Amino acid sequence: MGIIKAAKLAFDYIKYGDDDREAEKVRALDNVDLDVEKGQFIAILGHNGSGKSTLAKHINALLIPSEGTMWVDGIDTKSEEEIWHVRQKAGMVFQNPDNQIIGTVVEEDVGFGPENIGVPTQEIWRRVEDALTRVGMIAHRSKSPNKLSGGQKQRVAIAGVVAMRPECIILDEPTAMLDPDGRRDVIETVRELNEKEGVTAILITHYMEEVIFADRVIVMDGGRVVMQGTPREIFSRVEELKKLRLDVPQVTELAWELKKAGVPLADGILTREELVEALCSLN
Amino acid sequence: MLIELKDVSYVYSKDTVYEVRALDHVNLGIEEGQFIGIIGHTGSGKSTLIQHMNGLMKPTEGQVLYEGEDIWGEKYNLKNLRTSVGLVFQYPENQLFETDVLTDVMFGPKNKGLTPAEAEKRARAALLSVGVAEKYFTTSPFELSGGQKRRVAIAGVLAMDPKVLILDEPTAGLDPQGRDEILGQIRKLHRERGITIVLVSHSMEDVAEYAERIIVVNDGKIPFDGAPREVFSHYKELETMGLAAPEITYVMHELRERGFPVDVNASTVAEAKESILKDLKGGIRRV
Repeated sequence: MGIIKAAKLAFDYIKYGDDDREAEKVRALDNVDLDVEKGQFIAILGHNGSGKSTLAKHINALLIPSEGTMWVDGIDTKSEEEIWHVRQKAGMVFQNPDNQIIGTVVEEDVGFGPENIGVPTQEIWRRVEDALTRVGMIAHRSKSPNKLSGGQKQRVAIAGVVAMRPECIILDEPTAMLDPDGRRDVIETVRELNEKEGVTAILITHYMEEVIFADRVIVMDGGRVVMQGTPREIFSRVEELKKLRLDVPQVTELAWELKKAGVPLADGILTREELVEALCSLN
Repeated sequence: MLIELKDVSYVYSKDTVYEVRALDHVNLGIEEGQFIGIIGHTGSGKSTLIQHMNGLMKPTEGQVLYEGEDIWGEKYNLKNLRTSVGLVFQYPENQLFETDVLTDVMFGPKNKGLTPAEAEKRARAALLSVGVAEKYFTTSPFELSGGQKRRVAIAGVLAMDPKVLILDEPTAGLDPQGRDEILGQIRKLHRERGITIVLVSHSMEDVAEYAERIIVVNDGKIPFDGAPREVFSHYKELETMGLAAPEITYVMHELRERGFPVDVNASTVAEAKESILKDLKGGIRRV
């Protein structure tokens, strides 16, 4: 079994009427099967309301399935006594950095998680220092978080997760509010954690450029997984993606447009180096 | 000139150790009917700049003129200015509060003193112009999707019938199609109703595609101001400011280095496609 596994997962959001009775059920996840190997980098794409965030919240037991089962490192997220284990193994980073930083000093914020689960003080300091070094924020350890840029705040949030020594990190649109530099720093930090430390990464994003390095891309629509494959496989299906309200990286789009105009290029060109090479080899 | 900033500076926490000069002697003119993109990294001064344009912030030094009048002059009516220059903040859907969509959009016009009938007429027109269909008018705004909520919030500003619409990252957090829809509707407002648009964005691709003029803000100054092709030709300097050119511009530069005589200033997919195809068809390869 992989580090994250879901079988026939379904989730209903329930709306209650004025008399506290169930008024309406909305199925947000429907029959989702998922198997993620330890150390993989997985990207989840899908339009707003497709079920991405609902799925992500199941991985660290913020939501419990209405039907089916979610296992994190073999633990069923339904078992209440294991919930803190699940959350230690799978850490979450959200879209808005200002909603997830609570400390008045950077290192205090990063130490909050370990302190909460009773890690000894000396060990907390070690973890904080280690986590801040890994995300490249050690120089800012004694600063107030509100003096940081959005990208820096997100890296502090990632450090907060890293300090919990998780098996897996889930990032729900972590770059949506950031400028290009901040976006690049955050994605590089996640890739490094994944490549060097073997932390399994689940990245939800609307920026197609950010997923071309992923091991696997999962596309969701209407609460179901509708496409799955390598970035190259997925981004070869330009028209299908557009129908799902998605897009392809700009370079892929240019290659696709050129191909439609008769230039003999391969499908699913992802990087500018690939496109430049392909065009140069036409001679 | 519609809006003019003359030697404007703004200093936060003046005369304390936290003093920050967010705008530093900025000179800027906005003509009626332009579609302007503003780019700059977080903390560059973009938000401070746009808040000067409708008088939400008062310059520490310098003057802001609207249609030639000093907006901080003694008898100037700031309330009217804020009607003429509509500002849509980041995540404007957080400001929705009414029980249904139509009433929410009517709030501004009613507040301005219009009759309920007139306010409703304006609200209906504004909602339809941003693509919110009639069937949603009686829905609670909180039951809409993210993209729809945002359109309702933009309609709330449009219902004031502004001459200038300033939008601070209107597409943050939207899926690619939601982004294209919102930007498409903004373009339509610009083309069909001649509304002057000021669009703040972190997406170089979006400003390249939609704006006819790009203003770069860095350290409270404006190092570049011009057509997208011209501004993005400074991509090396932009990188030192935490910005970049659209991905496409980089492809074109690399192709040129490899000997293709392509247009290095192409900044949209359409421009790049045209230039590459012209080059391939002409048979001029690797000069």
